[in-house]
This record gives sequence, structure tokens and C-alpha cells, in this order.
Amino acid sequence: MIYLTRRYNLAAAHVLSQPSFSPEENEEIFGKCANPGGHGHDYAFEVSVTGPIDTETGQIVAPGLLDEIFEEAVARRFSHRLLNDEEPFGSLVPTAENIARVCHDALAHGVENRSTARLAHIRVTETPRNFVEQGEIS
Amino acid sequence: MLRVTRSIHFSTSLRYWLPDLSEQENRKRFGQDADRHGHNYRLEITVEGEPDPDTGMVINLGQLKEVAEREIMARFDHKDLNNDTDYFIRIPPTPEHFASLIFELLDEALPEGLLDRVRLHQSRDLFVDVIRGGA
Repeated sequence: MIYLTRRYNLAAAHVLSQPSFSPEENEEIFGKCANPGGHGHDYAFEVSVTGPIDTETGQIVAPGLLDEIFEEAVARRFSHRLLNDEEPFGSLVPTAENIARVCHDALAHGVENRSTARLAHIRVTETPRNFVEQGEIS
Repeated sequence: MLRVTRSIHFSTSLRYWLPDLSEQENRKRFGQDADRHGHNYRLEITVEGEPDPDTGMVINLGQLKEVAEREIMARFDHKDLNNDTDYFIRIPPTPEHFASLIFELLDEALPEGLLDRVRLHQSRDLFVDVIRGGA
């Protein structure tokens, strides 16, 4: 198997709170991440695609095209935003897990529609101490 | 089974340029990659196996270093992929093709089935994995 991976960074703010819980419950569950004023991270994304190597270009996908897909599916929606204000994070808590899943699905859709590749894996690093992965590379 | 990884670095020049195409065709197909440029490649070589009960090693790292030195460093470090090797006459030296070639060279040189994967970093924000098995 062969995978091409591209790295991206994205700065965004979020508040970890579940709107249906009381402030006390949110603080109990999410701790200081529930601060209503918000906080933020430099998220690092690793986006991995796989597929046939194009016989003319020698590429699974042109890196520039993958950049466009990331811009459209993720960066334009979430870069320099308070994630809680952006769909689908109005009701879905913007944990690293949910961010990874939402971005995985949007990227998978973009890669499938605009290239001959398919999304194989993403890793979302929230801080130097935690990251979340979804996909097939082990 | 355990996986053991060793990294090496090498610097290489290249351009995406097929001698069978005209200059115009090369430039149209490959854009700015048709101009000569270079990369500081970083290669992670991963072997997989059971540690030998006596030595505690999946592979002697000295042996792995020697293979990497002979198969990769001697061939590619401070070389030009188009002028100094015969591998990129019919295919361009994209990271996909280069990583696949590196996997084949190392797989041939190492004990059978030991090489699990290579990860070739072309830059800080782009790398290719070639992993044994699958389609």
C-alpha cells in the first residue's frame, strides 16, 4: 500500500460544553476546557490519501489539489473561528474526537469528488500531548 | 511482532522531466517541478519481526545502517536523480515513485520479509508511506 500525507495547521478557538448540560455539569465534565470565554489551539492535521499512481503525473494526487480540498473542506470553515459558532458544532461538542470525525468526513467527500484518490487516514493533533486518528494506517 | 525504525537523511537534486517528451510537454505536465530543484529527504526504515532470543534484536542496527548506507546513501545522497541514476527516465521522481523504489531496493537487500515499511519525508509537510501488503 502507498499513502501520500500532507500536513496542515489551523488555529481555532473552542469551548467544551454541552448546551443541554448545566454550567456546573459542564465544568464537572470538561474542567477548565468549559471556560465560557473560550480558548484555542494550533491544530495540526495530517491528511493521508491512497489510490492509483497516475501514469502521466506519477502522483496519487497533486499536492496542490489536496491543498485546495483541505482549504474548502476544513480551513475555510474552521480556521480562525470559534468552532462552537460553526456547524455542526452548535450542538456537537468540538472535542478533538468530533473535530477529527467531522473533518475526516468532509475531506473524504472532497477527495472522492475531485480526484482519483480516496482519503485513508487523518490525524488531528490538538496539543503536543494529545492527538486523535481515524483511518487505516497503523 | 515488533517494529523497529531507523532514520537517515540525504539531500538530492531532481526535476520532473521525461526525455521522451518535448520541453513544452514536460512543462505543461509538471509545472514548476520541471525545473531543477532539490530536497532534504528524511527516510524512516521500519522492519518488523520477533526479537532474536539471544541478542534481543529484531535486526542488528549496524546491519540495517550498512544496508541503508549501501542501497540509499551511496546511490542518492548529494546526487541528481535524473543525471546520476537510471531510475527516472520513464517515470518522474515524484515522492510516490521515489518511495516505492526505495522500498524495493531495501526489500531486496534485507532478509526476506523483514522490511515492513518506509516513510519518505520530502519536506516538513509532505511524506509518503509504502507499507508491505495490501493492494
